[in-house]
Amino acid sequence: MGSNMAECHPVAFRWPMKAKLNGAKLIHVDPRFTRTSAVADLHVPIRAGSDIAFLGGLINYVINSQRWNTDPFFKEFVVNYTNAATIINDDFKDTEDLEGVFSGLKGFKEPDFWPENGNLGAYDNASWAYKRGPKGPGPATKDLIAKRAGPPFDDLVRSLKPGPAERDATLQNPHCAFQILKRHFSRYTPEMVEQVCGSPKEKFIKVAEALLENSGRDRTSAFAYAVAWTQHTYGVQMIGCCALLQLLLGNIGRPGAGVMALRGHAAIQGSTDVPTLYHSIHGYLNAPSALRPHETLRDYMAAETAPTSYYGNTPKFLVSYLKSMYGAAATAENDFGYDWHPKILGDHSHIAMFSAMGDGRVKGMCCVGQNPATSLNGQATRRALRQLDWLVVKDNWLTETATHWYLAPEVKNGEVKSADIKTEVFFFPSTQIAEYDGSYTNTQRMLQWHSFATKAPGDCRTDSWFYHNLAKRLRKAYATSTLPRDQGWKNLTWDFDPDPADPAYGTALYPGEISALKVLREINGYQTADPKQHLKGFGDLKDDGSTTCASWIYCGCYPAPDQNMTARREPDPPGVPGAHLKWGWAWPANRRVMYNRASADLKGNPWSERKRWVWWDPNFVNPPDPKTGKPVPHGKWVGYDTPDFAATKAPDAQPKPDGIGLDALSGAQPFIMRADGRGWLFVPAGLVDGPLPTHYEPHESPVQNLLYKQQSSPVHKVWSLGKPWNPIASVGDPKFPYVISTYRLTEHYLAGAMSRWLPWLAELMPELFIEIGKGLAQEKGIKNLDWVVVSSPRGHIRAKALVTDRIGVMKIAGKTIHHVGMPWHWGWMGLSTGDVVNDLTAWVGDPNVSIHEGKAFVCNVERA
Amino acid sequence: MQVSRRDFLRVTAGAGAGTAIGGLVGLGATLAPARAQAQELRIRDAKSVPSICPFCSVGCATLVQVKGDRIVNIEGDPRSPHNEGTLCPKGAAIYQLHVNPNRTTKVLHRKPGASDWEVVELEWAMDRVAELTKKTRDDTFIEKLPNGKVVNMSPAIFALGGATLDNEFNHVCQKFWRGLGVVAIENQARI
Amino acid sequence: MVTITRKRAAVANEAMGFFTDTTVCIGCKACEVACKNWNQLPSTHGGVSEMSGDSYDNTRKLDGTHWRHVKFIEQFDGPYNGRWLMMSDVCKHCVKAGCIEVCPTGAIIRTEFDTVVIQSDVCNGCRACIAGCPFGVIDMNMISGTAQKCTLCYDRMGVGLEPACSKACPTDSIQFGPISELRTRAQKRVDQLKAQGEMRARLYGDDPNGPLGGLNAFYLLVDNPEVYGLPANPQLPTRTLTKSGAMSAATAAVLGVLALVGIRKRRIDEKEGATIDV
Repeated sequence: MGSNMAECHPVAFRWPMKAKLNGAKLIHVDPRFTRTSAVADLHVPIRAGSDIAFLGGLINYVINSQRWNTDPFFKEFVVNYTNAATIINDDFKDTEDLEGVFSGLKGFKEPDFWPENGNLGAYDNASWAYKRGPKGPGPATKDLIAKRAGPPFDDLVRSLKPGPAERDATLQNPHCAFQILKRHFSRYTPEMVEQVCGSPKEKFIKVAEALLENSGRDRTSAFAYAVAWTQHTYGVQMIGCCALLQLLLGNIGRPGAGVMALRGHAAIQGSTDVPTLYHSIHGYLNAPSALRPHETLRDYMAAETAPTSYYGNTPKFLVSYLKSMYGAAATAENDFGYDWHPKILGDHSHIAMFSAMGDGRVKGMCCVGQNPATSLNGQATRRALRQLDWLVVKDNWLTETATHWYLAPEVKNGEVKSADIKTEVFFFPSTQIAEYDGSYTNTQRMLQWHSFATKAPGDCRTDSWFYHNLAKRLRKAYATSTLPRDQGWKNLTWDFDPDPADPAYGTALYPGEISALKVLREINGYQTADPKQHLKGFGDLKDDGSTTCASWIYCGCYPAPDQNMTARREPDPPGVPGAHLKWGWAWPANRRVMYNRASADLKGNPWSERKRWVWWDPNFVNPPDPKTGKPVPHGKWVGYDTPDFAATKAPDAQPKPDGIGLDALSGAQPFIMRADGRGWLFVPAGLVDGPLPTHYEPHESPVQNLLYKQQSSPVHKVWSLGKPWNPIASVGDPKFPYVISTYRLTEHYLAGAMSRWLPWLAELMPELFIEIGKGLAQEKGIKNLDWVVVSSPRGHIRAKALVTDRIGVMKIAGKTIHHVGMPWHWGWMGLSTGDVVNDLTAWVGDPNVSIHEGKAFVCNVERA
Repeated sequence: MQVSRRDFLRVTAGAGAGTAIGGLVGLGATLAPARAQAQELRIRDAKSVPSICPFCSVGCATLVQVKGDRIVNIEGDPRSPHNEGTLCPKGAAIYQLHVNPNRTTKVLHRKPGASDWEVVELEWAMDRVAELTKKTRDDTFIEKLPNGKVVNMSPAIFALGGATLDNEFNHVCQKFWRGLGVVAIENQARI
Repeated sequence: MVTITRKRAAVANEAMGFFTDTTVCIGCKACEVACKNWNQLPSTHGGVSEMSGDSYDNTRKLDGTHWRHVKFIEQFDGPYNGRWLMMSDVCKHCVKAGCIEVCPTGAIIRTEFDTVVIQSDVCNGCRACIAGCPFGVIDMNMISGTAQKCTLCYDRMGVGLEPACSKACPTDSIQFGPISELRTRAQKRVDQLKAQGEMRARLYGDDPNGPLGGLNAFYLLVDNPEVYGLPANPQLPTRTLTKSGAMSAATAAVLGVLALVGIRKRRIDEKEGATIDV
């Protein structure tokens, strides 16, 4: 669901196809009958944007099924490995009680210093929390902060430990998470699914039965999703809903199970881990923010440390990160330079920034390897670009973003005069993949190294070269500044030049080029006292500044100057279960299946022989503790993969009463990144739009929400609300009666820069088209290959019609709804050109992550 | 066997036509020369360099075959547990990312209000971008909010891109900007 | 040095070929591009073209610069109700090859792998083979000025490499190997599909006693061959052409017969003396 795997990840789809030949069942739930549907055992049509209704229906079906209620596996997994038994605060109110919203809903007011957040509302989530007993004794957090306790910061972390959460292992307490979710999803019946999603009831039931049949001790089911589950005003909840279902079915942390994100770009996982994202600093730590209690280093630690999970080590991660930023200048006395680190003011995400740019708040932009002129409300985006003082585009191809000032449609048609655009524009040509060294992190969190093969032509330089050489210039420019605001920059370490005396880190491929290995070393980490001593893993990290490590999750990928684990290319021999641990390196700690402790039962035995992955070997003879020299009792987690658990912690180990981090969890709590070591069915904290997934309509929808009075997410985002460049259609607007989804094709790549210039690819899909059902085509007098005009409140574009029965008409809430779809790869540059489909999309998005709603909105279609 | 003159002409014609057409190397006149031709396979004596497909996130391993400073072929690495040597059409076309007359190889600059690009020196352009970056940062820097919170940041510069680029780029990019106090760093993962 | 071979190497003196299982084809066209990449074939008009409107097929047919071509067949009876067939087409490397028979210059040969190859250097561009192919596989390559088609990567096989298209195929819809092995595997797959209820599953071109002596690139189909644009009963062109009575065609046919004799003789000679020295 939410993915068209055969078309968008064809080579990964090799493996589902192999599984199918071995008897696995492939199901594709999608608004279109795609190349994935063509080889699936079952295709189920669904209206774009209604996936929570479908998944909620599956949850309701599963927990009321005979199989789920009689096979003891499910109960053992759910009671012990999830928070099903945990009691929620008495004052929590569900959508069942409040007509589609949760307790704690309040208004949202934009702060004056950054009014670009776009939230329509906000929740106070206090009532969603676990019901807890009294907190243990010990010094109060605020006192420890006041007296600048630490390093070490263990006392500070310990002071954050809450009282024990109440549980009911019988799952009968009406306030336990399981009972709440059971009531919550009770209205998601197969009939309701058919009404909301347009999916035939009998097909929906086939999916539910297939999942039940293929889950349990001996069998697992997996979901694969992509941006069709993220690009919504409730995308995070959609994925969470699937995780909830998979936890109920025991399909997490086990081989052949899980919720698999199929990401779009070669390094998109890497660019999330190593975050060129405003909200996060390395390793999924939240960026210091003016909106949170992040005033000082210890305030940040107190606000961001989950004391009873592996995140209890947050102070070690943070201090090692600050050391990677400010080096020797970062000391315990100055809180490791914490004040120099910039704080965010609110939402600085993609759309928020273009919205702010449109408002004149943004003056300069560096765009490296991305092409926003064809993305998200393209006309508003290009209008915003025209407000810039300066724009740098660094790319392999002359993109639409680089050429918008003389070739954009609004310039070509005379609405905008090029001479009136006062932006100074630069284009720097880039290297291609084989022209430099570096690593990508793939969608399985695996880092893989690629090596230099040949030199790039002309002035093409790597993208790292650009920032490296800009940094050198700016270091010079600020060298004599004594202003306090410049001290952070002046103290920033910048040690990326290759060292001719030290060939271990390579030589410059281009004049002034970085050493990619030196960058990787800083990401991996090293002993502050000796940078040649690389860290071997995140267990080495310290909170006193003696370790320097940008990214705790990547720690171990480069454990010695001559051991680049990401460059390994040694597959397992044929016939072995195939974790391929010597091929590349996957974070964390080269684990291939996360939370894999859940692949064994409470006692540490595999759930079944067939699904064996990681298990407890009670007879394993451990060497003495290397630090203390003390003997270690027998027993170790072993298996095909790197165990995602404390290696020698027995399944029956109890939490230590005073313990922090993993010591606060037992030997049977596999979800070590969660504060209670359990998979969350009910999400007490961390999401801004509710603890349970709830079906809302997309912001633009042709129908009323059939499930609740609340039409759309009460807290989602609309940027530039009310501005003329972001108009929105009202519910059921007759001017825009059709549901439209945008998507990708096998033959092109995203915004098209990397495929539209390639003759071999351009000829395979030479033009933009719209897929229209035969019924709608007939109604509108549109024939195959006719030019049509597609319009939304934001604009209109032209495309050729591809009339097909692979997309069509659905009955939604008794109404006939036509569904159309358009691939969005095109723009005006390249060998294959076409109109910008994103000129139709709106600046509305998800409140958790600010992703836009490009997968479900409304449009009209007319013959041109 | 030598590539015939006719074959050579085909290469020239292809390049002249402005598209990436390599040589259409014909096969020999009889079987024996055909074998000889096979021995002179394009990739014979080429160096294989391990690489990764730069398109989607599956991470298919490739081998880039080079002779001297010339890429002669790119195909899947059969050892990879991900792709076992296979590729999709985009992966199979990586060669044309590299060997493609449509590549822009010069630095271009457009003055405010100008109607056309000018080709400029790389070093000059870098100096100019550094100057603009410093000016915008300094003009818009916020040390403290009205409520007294120390933020040490500038909201007026936007750095976009990274999901198609290496981890190493992403590290250098985010460190550079955060070091300067610029927080609006984004990439395709957002959208 | 790293090997780039994935599966088994080609074996000379044993018939090698393709088995294309269309039921696992995902229509990704990797085969089309991998072929172009290896053989350095250009795109039509440098890649600038128009969409065909025929489902997702925009290259339309096999020709002198498209040696692999993926067909898309939409069989629907109302919205979402039907199936979408895909098939990667290629030269069939017929055991009794019409093109060889009609080629007046002897440019088309049968190799030691029992595949059919046009020698570009010998081809004079007379186009007889284009008319002579019962499958419409061959066409002119306007850059070389010769007739061209799939060589089954003769150059790669010669050094023990699998052909580019089958190597690239992500779902192993295109399988390469000795014909005898492929036939066994193909029959098993037909049996599996029938057991699963797909009674339309059948092989096309696998029968050495069938039309054209069998095809060294054969297919698993789930409908009549015509649905995939394949002739139900492909014929050797010599007979068709003779019957047509056209003067030029008759001449071509005579030349073809002469060429056939020559090639067959050469093939035997080569087979007897074959030692692979690569």
